[in-house]
Amino acid sequence: MSLADTAASPVPVPGTGPILEVTDLSTSFASPRGRVGAVNGVSLSLERGRTLGIVGESGSGKSVLSRSIMGLLPASTAERTGSIVFEGKELSDWGDKEYRELWGTEMAMIFQDPMTALNPVMKIGKQITESLRFHLDMDRSTAKDTAVELLRSVRIPEPEKRFSSYPHEMSGGMRQRVVIAVALACGPKLLFADEPTTALDVTVQAQVLDLLEEQQRERFMAMILVTHDLGVVAGRAQEIVVMYAGRIVEKAPTRTLFADMKMPYTEALLSAIPKLADPPHTRLAAIGGRPPDLVNPPEGCPFAPRCPYVRERCLTELPALTPVDGDDTHLFACHYPVDSPETIEIKDRLTAQGLLISSPPPGSASDGAQDGR
Amino acid sequence: MAGSGSAHMRNPEDALLRVENLVMEFPVGRGRKVSAVSNVSFDLHKGETLGLVGESGCGKSTTGKAIMQLPRPTRGMVKLGDTELTALKGSALRATRPRMQMIFQDPISSLNPRRAVADIVEEPLRIWNLGDAEQRRAKVNEVLETVGIDVDAAAERKPHEFSGGQCQRISIARAVVTDPDLIICDEPVSALDVSVQAQILNLLEDMKARYGLTLVFVAHDLAVVKNVSDRVAVMYLGKLCEIGPPQELYTSPSHPYTSALLDAIPVPDPEVATDEKEHLGGDLPSPIDPPSGCRFRTRCDRATDVCAQAEPQMQPVDDDHFVACHHPLVTPVEIAAR
Repeated sequence: MSLADTAASPVPVPGTGPILEVTDLSTSFASPRGRVGAVNGVSLSLERGRTLGIVGESGSGKSVLSRSIMGLLPASTAERTGSIVFEGKELSDWGDKEYRELWGTEMAMIFQDPMTALNPVMKIGKQITESLRFHLDMDRSTAKDTAVELLRSVRIPEPEKRFSSYPHEMSGGMRQRVVIAVALACGPKLLFADEPTTALDVTVQAQVLDLLEEQQRERFMAMILVTHDLGVVAGRAQEIVVMYAGRIVEKAPTRTLFADMKMPYTEALLSAIPKLADPPHTRLAAIGGRPPDLVNPPEGCPFAPRCPYVRERCLTELPALTPVDGDDTHLFACHYPVDSPETIEIKDRLTAQGLLISSPPPGSASDGAQDGR
Repeated sequence: MAGSGSAHMRNPEDALLRVENLVMEFPVGRGRKVSAVSNVSFDLHKGETLGLVGESGCGKSTTGKAIMQLPRPTRGMVKLGDTELTALKGSALRATRPRMQMIFQDPISSLNPRRAVADIVEEPLRIWNLGDAEQRRAKVNEVLETVGIDVDAAAERKPHEFSGGQCQRISIARAVVTDPDLIICDEPVSALDVSVQAQILNLLEDMKARYGLTLVFVAHDLAVVKNVSDRVAVMYLGKLCEIGPPQELYTSPSHPYTSALLDAIPVPDPEVATDEKEHLGGDLPSPIDPPSGCRFRTRCDRATDVCAQAEPQMQPVDDDHFVACHHPLVTPVEIAAR
């Protein structure tokens, strides 16, 4: 989109208002089969010091969205349109050269795989001091002291000794801490965490998420937490965006979303997770089928082919993202939300036929798929 | 437990699989060795699913592979039915292979990319000369159908044309095609999205019911393990900590490590505050030089002197629920008092 649209709106003073405002962002990639619309018309805003969770399956566009905002798209194939205002600056026509001023100092990213995010042939100390020396013009010894402090703050034992270790000498959890230290080195105001704990064990996952939360509070940093696990964002994000086929299908403050979800996809994502409280051999509510082809997206609602409550209108008309009556903070894109009479009618019918499994209350008997004893 | 003992073993006559004092060591040079699995015992009844859980590096996958004799365990006994696998060699060991199959974590790399799906699934039958060409084709079609792969559309296609979830279905078809007694599932759903994960877990339950399978299910996700298991064993640094029926083990864990693992799981409910829980600190100690006594003591807040001196042995907590800990969270006395 052009700069003209945003120039008309008053430019916010840095330091006040939302740190990030994304309007109608779309990203597509060239492929041999045609253009893949990975992100389609996404709008969101984020306040300072807050956490936004972005949730969706593989291929929902959640990672491409954060990479689009951060300007980390391959220039040769990607095309980005829409407006991204970060701290009052419009970034939509920025290239690598301009973005370099932001990377590290203003926005930083933590990647999923701590095994490949670090340079295997560079000592970890150097990987941290590199950005300190480049962006903050520190001399060698100040940079080293700062890096050791950073390693200590992410709770790496014996930081002085670890300063001269190589990545392969550390465990996955320790490496992810180093990745966090690298990302935090220059004090970014916005941190993207793209599946930061997916490659880690549950115990280490909890440690790393605790650490991120603590660092975020101390630095009053805004954070975008991208994950496929609703469990990870439930306790950590103030607001959640659910993505499907490159679109936002539901967006709400975390508590509202969990208490009053509207979109059948959000409901399906949540009920597909095996619950600890359920008895063994509880039949899981799987979502059948696969996400749509983003080269030729279906005409109607992209979730319609997999939605148990689908009606004719869903197949022809794309639902717009609209607010819930009386609550501007809760948006959803569905013709027949989960609490609409039409959907409840289908839900009751399917449940009666035993075709629909909504998560049963703890203690209820498990269904047909019993073990063979 | 990060301990040993065999109090939890059941009557050997009922067991389809019996693993006793399994030890798996790997040399790491200069005469040192990693003890990946040390002194682990468990048994499995026919039609039962045993869930093996623990952090990376606890030896759960190595245990699964040691059962398959891939590679052979350093010491210990693995008995499948009446066959003692560790005593077999060469063709005698090979002859047991159709009775045990494996499903791997990465569905895409565990299928040969250059062969057609029907070929991949048929291969075990061809190797063992089971049936003639027509019977084999019928069997392949039947298993593909059962795992939810459309035979007409898929049979001649190559693995790269399928999604991760579909590839995992094909792997399952390949594993059941020889009608095995035992299937070792090594993190079969870890690489999949939640929606697909649910499909595969449901499918495994269906297959188990249909083919009367016995499963060893290795995974790090406790909720997944609970969903599929009849018995859950928790491992830590090559030792068994606790073993019991899932419902009991999850609601009243007796080993501090089991409890810490359960506390670390993120709950998909914003009303459950995350900061109220104490999360387990530290990393797994090195398996080259494991802590003396109880291996979990370096990260355990209940540890005392006795934990450093003596290795805890398996002791009963309740019927079929056993723990190896000097200071268990739930003791048999407390159970009796209920």
